[in-house]
Amino acid sequence: MKRRGFLVGASALALGGCGKVADSSAGRRLFDAAEGWHEGAHRSLVGNALAKEYTRADIAPFFRGNGSQTVDTPQYRAALAAGFPDWRLTVTGLVAHPLSLSLDNIRRLPQRTQITRHDCVEGWSAIGEWTGPQLGVLLKAAGLLPAARFIVFRCADMLGGAPYYESIDLADAFHPQTIIAHALNGAPLPERNGAPLRLRVERQLGYKHAKYLTGIEAVASLAGIGGGRGGYWEDRGYQWYAGI
Amino acid sequence: MRRHALSTRLWHWVNFACVAVLLMSGLNISNAHPWLYWGDQGFLASDAWLFLPRFPGWATIPSHYSLAEARSWHLLVAWPFALGLLAMWIAMLANRHFARDLVTRRDEWRWRAVRDDIAKHLRLEFSHEGKFNFLQKLSYGLVLGVLLPGAIVTGMALAPGLDPLMAPLSDLVGGRQSMRSLHFLFAAALLGFTLLHVALVLVSGPARQMRDMITGGPREA
Repeated sequence: MKRRGFLVGASALALGGCGKVADSSAGRRLFDAAEGWHEGAHRSLVGNALAKEYTRADIAPFFRGNGSQTVDTPQYRAALAAGFPDWRLTVTGLVAHPLSLSLDNIRRLPQRTQITRHDCVEGWSAIGEWTGPQLGVLLKAAGLLPAARFIVFRCADMLGGAPYYESIDLADAFHPQTIIAHALNGAPLPERNGAPLRLRVERQLGYKHAKYLTGIEAVASLAGIGGGRGGYWEDRGYQWYAGI
Repeated sequence: MRRHALSTRLWHWVNFACVAVLLMSGLNISNAHPWLYWGDQGFLASDAWLFLPRFPGWATIPSHYSLAEARSWHLLVAWPFALGLLAMWIAMLANRHFARDLVTRRDEWRWRAVRDDIAKHLRLEFSHEGKFNFLQKLSYGLVLGVLLPGAIVTGMALAPGLDPLMAPLSDLVGGRQSMRSLHFLFAAALLGFTLLHVALVLVSGPARQMRDMITGGPREA
């Protein structure tokens, strides 16, 4: 199957030029296959190893916001002004005990603080200190069911009229550096960086780090969610595995 | 034995196609954030050491701005590019092309010999003993041993998924944004080599050179 995809893609490249290849389903399959090879190579080369962590001296004085810079609703602005007293993060889907957590609940869980480098798909990087509970702790508390294969992140923000969402697999979900951050550089998350909660999934590009989190959902398949490719940008042609 | 081994010819053309797609998709990716930095991080104009121009559609893949599609091309073609180079190194060590034709002799590095070689090139005289003259050995050696592997390693260092593996290497040059700058510089050097290489082929019997790199050339003793 993969070999046939390669031959079809290679001959299409020779005959039709690049635009046609990218538009064809064989071309799309070939791109998806290459993404899978990168993911497989990365996983076998680094396993569960940690991304580099920095010191306080390395922190960027201003941490750029990108994509959605806010949630454009009166409810969000009111909640932001009040310090998000009623914000809930739900943990649902293929779990034994669905959860609905307040910010206070989240701050009382065991915390991880990590100073890491944020790499945007555009090419820039910024270093910041993130604090929050490990996603694995939340998933264990909710009792992940054996059928669960992906964790989907639901967000309050809309981008270009569509709801933002993201997803990761269980290997990344239970990675020690995958946290639900409520603080940046020791202060509550700024609005542009996803207040009150955002995902940190170090070792992947910035668009995976969903902001303005409202829900975490364990699922068996990404089909039928959004455009079916596992995320807002993935539905628009970007790689689901954003470790490259 | 033919002038160019089958492995050399296959790799030459596959690598040429790979470099073309990687360079052109790379220029599209560059348009997403055309500023270069030194160090670990950078995102402000005040941090940048170089502001690249916006590359026009005729120079990019795809010809319209699409970071997503350009990345798909770049990340796909990275595979035949990297594995092809690995295969070429194995082949040219195994068939002794490297030891016989590319390794320089100590006397070739003497200033007088280098100067004479440069002077001959400037007069467009390309006759020489052995398969390659000194400047050819030097430039092919640099391309195969430094520029192509350098483009691959600096590219790998940009992948956050490989950060646990590559961060120690990135630290040697200042960090990930330094690696990104070097990735662009390797690409620019490869483009420079390609232009020079094509120009020298054009002034030294282009029909014969092209034929030999496709068919291998007449059988030699």
